[in-house]
Amino acid sequence: MPDALLSTKALEAHYGDFQALFGISIDVQPAEVVAIIGANGAGKTTLMRSITGLIRNKPEMVVWKGRAIGALRADQVAHLGIAMVPEGRQLFQSLSVEENLMIGGQMGRKGPWTLKTVQDLFPLLQERRHVPATALSGGQQQMVAIGRALMSNPDILLFDEISLGLAPIVIKSIYEALPAIIGEGMSAIIVEQDIAKAVSVSHRVYCLQEGRVSLQGRPDELTREAISAAYFGV
Amino acid sequence: MTTSAHAYSISRSSTASRVAAVAGVLVLIVLVSAPLWAGRADMRLLSEIFLYLSLACLWNLLAGYAGLVSVGQQAFVGFGGYMLFALAIFAGLSPLAAIPLAGLLGAVIAVPVALLIFRLRGAYFAIGTWVIAEVFRLSFAQVSALGGGSGTSLPVAIVRDMASSRSMREATTYWLALAMAVIVLAVIYLLLRSRNGLALTAIRDSELASESFGIDIWRNKFVVYVLTAGLTAMTGALIFLQKLRISPDAAFSVNDWTAFVIFIVVIGGIGTLEGPIIGVIVFFLLRETLSDLGTVYLLILGVVAIAVMLKAPKGLWGTLKERTGLELFPLARRVVKKKS
Amino acid sequence: MDWINAILQGILLGGLYALFAAGLSLIFGVMRLVNIAHGDFIVLAAFLGLTITTTLGLSPLLALILVVPVMAGIGYGLQRLVLNQTLGDDILPPLLVTFGLSVIIQNGLLEIYSADPQKISAGALETASVALPGDLNIGVLPLLMFGVAVAVIAGLQWIFYRSALGRAFRAVSDKQDIAQLMGLNKAHIFGLAMALSLAVVGLAGVFLGIRTSFDPSIGPGRLIFGFEAVIIGGLGNLWGTLIGGIILGVSQNIGAQINPGWQLLAGHIAFLIVLAVRPRGLFPRID
Repeated sequence: MPDALLSTKALEAHYGDFQALFGISIDVQPAEVVAIIGANGAGKTTLMRSITGLIRNKPEMVVWKGRAIGALRADQVAHLGIAMVPEGRQLFQSLSVEENLMIGGQMGRKGPWTLKTVQDLFPLLQERRHVPATALSGGQQQMVAIGRALMSNPDILLFDEISLGLAPIVIKSIYEALPAIIGEGMSAIIVEQDIAKAVSVSHRVYCLQEGRVSLQGRPDELTREAISAAYFGV
Repeated sequence: MTTSAHAYSISRSSTASRVAAVAGVLVLIVLVSAPLWAGRADMRLLSEIFLYLSLACLWNLLAGYAGLVSVGQQAFVGFGGYMLFALAIFAGLSPLAAIPLAGLLGAVIAVPVALLIFRLRGAYFAIGTWVIAEVFRLSFAQVSALGGGSGTSLPVAIVRDMASSRSMREATTYWLALAMAVIVLAVIYLLLRSRNGLALTAIRDSELASESFGIDIWRNKFVVYVLTAGLTAMTGALIFLQKLRISPDAAFSVNDWTAFVIFIVVIGGIGTLEGPIIGVIVFFLLRETLSDLGTVYLLILGVVAIAVMLKAPKGLWGTLKERTGLELFPLARRVVKKKS
Repeated sequence: MDWINAILQGILLGGLYALFAAGLSLIFGVMRLVNIAHGDFIVLAAFLGLTITTTLGLSPLLALILVVPVMAGIGYGLQRLVLNQTLGDDILPPLLVTFGLSVIIQNGLLEIYSADPQKISAGALETASVALPGDLNIGVLPLLMFGVAVAVIAGLQWIFYRSALGRAFRAVSDKQDIAQLMGLNKAHIFGLAMALSLAVVGLAGVFLGIRTSFDPSIGPGRLIFGFEAVIIGGLGNLWGTLIGGIILGVSQNIGAQINPGWQLLAGHIAFLIVLAVRPRGLFPRID
């Protein structure tokens, strides 16, 4: 097996006295799309926060290209090429659409994504580039959030709750755009509550339940029954 | 379920608080009798300690419990002092009568002040209180009947009327200072034990949550601000009764009446009743040993305060309390298993 | 004519107050920090300017080349080493730590320079003036300072709304966590904001020192002027701050024209009136 691009090793995370993650070990290979599914409170967002450095851990708990990065700050992790589209979009309200995109590009990582290529992908962001980012609709904001993450030309893109709070038609169009977004060579982690959607675009699936990995495998290996058992714990 | 409900009760006192209460009464008796055993300089120092204790407790109530961080309490110290002088000189009131009246006037003037500066939030509120103190200072400097910018002294006749002899007069001002500290401690203690106190604690912990429980945050803060202003003005009147002389710069000094007071509370432990008591002791120990150093002493004080704020933000008492659960003033409600 | 002159001088004085206010406004905008020692840093910069002009024999305007970067360095170091530790939901720690800093700077300056009033000499520039129609004379120096103040505000405005640094400031101010995810180190960004704030303070301090005499105790008064200009102009609005400074300067000069003892009082009263009628200031930024 080739070396994983990103892996977590027996990752634990705490909020004060409350333990949210219990020994999570996952890995993502280069150019692989991994889905992480699980109910509310299963620990998906905590896992994303741990990987991106918003929660600091022991160094060896998160490994990136063979390097222990668990104790790095979020901005240091971002510079390594790990980008996140956060839950709820979280655009900068004082910045225009274009400025939100430029913030992502300020890291100066080279690659295919520039203001122009992002605006080609989502022409609407070109049209409305001077509008305050939070004046857009939810779906349009999701485009800005994705574009902002792409602007740093990451090696892996993390989507946290990609479809939460969006209209079904918007979700559909975002999933249709995903192949173009992820493109050749980029890896991705997609965190989802919608099992079918997540499974449809991913090479592998991890299911979290109460802070532990309850199931993992390729979509074609997993039965619907096994997934619902792992998801709901019944 | 019913058996367990019988087996527990809510209690506020603890062994430590009962011991502290007994010790407190003993200390009080010793202090009341000080004119019998203490020298003139000691009594002056003790009076000063009591008055600083009173200011520190009041600032702590304001900042530590009501979340109103003021750096302008010198406005009310100076106002109280000037009211004492004005009432004694112009209205011929005896200082003993003028002191509570000065407090009352301090509370009254605090009403419009609060209406104005409550429009500012957080740190801007703090600087707003400072502006008010500056306005007071500059205004009193314009009153030529009270000596304008250079200030005035309390006429000898008025001082003489207070008591028959000098030693009696000194004992009286000493007792007044002690009484002030006791009154302030008692008022704050009772306030914090009342419904208002519970509301204040709730506001301090979470403004949003307490608002959803129907607590009127503005009203609660307003009441505390006005009450604190009144008691601070009374303390100010006593401070300048001891000094017998007042000037705008002395009366509205931010260093004397706010900076030192903040250091006392921060070092002792903000948001606890015991903190200011510990803080005032530490402050005066430092002052009595280091004050010869002059400005260097103030430098040290500043460094100590910053270090405490960064390394032990709960102060000496708060840190001790966290480790031991010790509480001398029984404020917290605790669940106690009943002896059957 | 005295009145027109008083108003004119007040406007020019307002430029200096706007400089006091700009740094205060900037760090509040970026990290919701109010630096109680702001005024004392202005005085520190004035003393720094004094030492440089007297020991190196430089003109005060040349001294700025040293004072401004030194103050910026102090700002960055202070933010990284001390103030970043105080930032959080609780407003008390930054307030009390900067209050402690204020005491330290005041007494440190007192220890080094004594309480004697000092002044930075600007030579012939101090007395130069331009004649206006109607027997009015405007000093070249106040005019120059006003011009610099306007330029500084314009520069800050450009940095804040047009530059990459300004984008970073606004992003961190909006959402600290998400800004970190975008590769912005907030500790560094906050350090840069404080450096910029104290760079402006360096300029303001030297100007203050040229304009009037100063001593270690006058810092808090300068903090209050800056604060009043910020609130009068409206929080978060840099051009508003300039207008706030002008209103403050004009009020003070009109007060002084009526009675010399009313100069400062008149400024405070103008501030309180604005607070009573327009609590969000005259030109609040629309959020």
